[in-house]
Amino acid sequence: MTGPLLDVTDLHVTFALKDRTVHAVNGVSLSVRRGETLAVIGESGSGKTVTSRAVMGLLSPAARVAGSAVLLGTELIGLTEAQLREHRGRDIAMIFQDPAGSLNPTMKIGRQVTEAVRMHLPLDQAAARARALELLDLVQVPSPRARYDDYPHQFSGGMRQRVMIAIALACGPQLLIADEATTALDVTTQAQIMDLLMDLQDELDMSMIMISHDMGLAATYADRVMVMYAGRVVEHAATERLYRHVRMPYTRALLDAVPRLEREPHSLFATIGGRPPDLTALPPGCTFAPRCPRVQDRCRAERPELTEHETGHHWACFSPWPDERR
Amino acid sequence: MAAEPLLAVHDLVHEFVVRGHGGVKDGVVHAVSGVSLEVRDGETLGVVGESGSGKSTLVRSILQAPRPLSGEVRFRGVDLTRLRGSRLRASRRHMQAVYQDPFGSLDPRWTVFSIVEEPLGAHRIGSRRRRRERSAEVLDLVGLDPGLFGQRKPRQLSGGQCQRVAIARSLVLSPSLVLCDEAVSSLDVLSQAQVLNLFEKLRADLALSYLFVAHDLALVKQVSDRVAVMYMGRLCEVGPSQALYARPLHPYTAALLDSIPSPDPAGRHTRRRRARVRGEVPSPLDPPSGCRFRTRCPRAEPVCATDQPQLRAVGPDHQVACHFPLVEANAYPPAGAVPAARTPAPSA
Repeated sequence: MTGPLLDVTDLHVTFALKDRTVHAVNGVSLSVRRGETLAVIGESGSGKTVTSRAVMGLLSPAARVAGSAVLLGTELIGLTEAQLREHRGRDIAMIFQDPAGSLNPTMKIGRQVTEAVRMHLPLDQAAARARALELLDLVQVPSPRARYDDYPHQFSGGMRQRVMIAIALACGPQLLIADEATTALDVTTQAQIMDLLMDLQDELDMSMIMISHDMGLAATYADRVMVMYAGRVVEHAATERLYRHVRMPYTRALLDAVPRLEREPHSLFATIGGRPPDLTALPPGCTFAPRCPRVQDRCRAERPELTEHETGHHWACFSPWPDERR
Repeated sequence: MAAEPLLAVHDLVHEFVVRGHGGVKDGVVHAVSGVSLEVRDGETLGVVGESGSGKSTLVRSILQAPRPLSGEVRFRGVDLTRLRGSRLRASRRHMQAVYQDPFGSLDPRWTVFSIVEEPLGAHRIGSRRRRRERSAEVLDLVGLDPGLFGQRKPRQLSGGQCQRVAIARSLVLSPSLVLCDEAVSSLDVLSQAQVLNLFEKLRADLALSYLFVAHDLALVKQVSDRVAVMYMGRLCEVGPSQALYARPLHPYTAALLDSIPSPDPAGRHTRRRRARVRGEVPSPLDPPSGCRFRTRCPRAEPVCATDQPQLRAVGPDHQVACHFPLVEANAYPPAGAVPAARTPAPSA
């Protein structure tokens, strides 16, 4: 099959509160090709996590999801829980920020992996156990046989995340969504886990969506980067293009705010004021307009659409920064 | 007294007893094991380390909350470990702390005004009216309009605003030293940059000194004059932040630097495949003998297991605790020379 593995079109997610509606995702379109890594970058409340959970069908019943998400030719939005379970794990899997919270603390590590294997594959206990040991070995848990009978509390954070990756890989998914998967880890452990994910991706020919707040992580590990703000994609391009030719003022502000080793001690950050908009009362025009250093009258009245202004480089802005190679 | 630094910590040790079933002593966590450092007047000393490095325990020991097991904490010439009661409180007045969790460190039932004023009341300073004026003053200083925010409660504030309130509270007693323990780690990157700029502004306006503790080396480097790197309760390396980055001497410092994902896409493919430190941080209940980093160090030799390396001077203001530092001491250029480009750590 050719074409993208996952194709999301005009995805909207709203949550109804008592008297207001939270507009968490407002028309997101994205596609993931085979074998590539797409980074979705944004601050808290940007809708990056809600987008991925909507695709996985993991949102609470209070969420209203509209739009389309086609995975390998199958429309996921609107499927029942039972139908979704067919795809989850087999075609698409997810790892989360908090590996401790995702593992059952009262069940041995090895058994949790074995159960994940048996959930989707018609294997007997012995074969599933053998497969689980293979997976633990694959994610580089040292001496998996010895640690099979350990409980999660006997594992460090980095090791727990390796176990979560083993569980996610149990059935050979074609798409792995990593939602802030290394955020809770120390920087040296983060580097180890990211290296592991990149190796696994090559080895298993898997696509990945990396959801993160970290512009540095995306620059190092993603092929393409999408920046989200207030539930919309505001800029999108191949990684090197995006970082070297930033156009959307929000992306630029994010990049300016990242601490850098090259800077002199006590140098100040270029910052913007304000806060992200209230998702229950979005402004009519560009949602970034109230904080934007380049705002014009048009930005407050009219909403800029995400448009491919240059080959492979999309942005949603009426007043982008001029293209200066950074 | 000109020679005395603002804060001088000498051979600080802090340990926690872990108790198993029935309160039986199970082991001892060696959280801080003989740390000496100083913060000079008007400087920012960054302390960087991963979880379990003892950096937060170090901050608490300096504040005497709780008191360290042994060692000296001389603040403005007075050893805090020998003071108690009102004399300790009076000394500590000039040393304030800002912590990571802005919501957790503010009482949710109090208004912003009462939170910021509270230290003044505790030290019985000023009349009620004067305290309110002073708290309005510091709120203004941290960029919060007192008329707009004074009567609000923490839940009506964003994370960045909460952290500003915590900073205002730390400033209300006009301290000379502020201890920041992961003070911006829980903030989104844009509010983090704003709060860091605020720290810089306050430093210049109020002649503050900071002990700035964080796990993010890039961040620490950008705010600090000097940086101390901690691993498992000990200092690995202390030096001017520029030199420490340009030529890290301790293999752990180099590993930390190599693990930072840079927002510059140049060379990103080679960055992925850097030599990494192996394995994980050992248990602090049973730290490795000799150098505590040796179990993960690509340069470890038998001597590292037997002899604990002491911090020794290797360059201007630059110290390292390693038997086999990355750059030999005599290779250090004379003062004023341009530091050479950083050489990558040899692969493991």
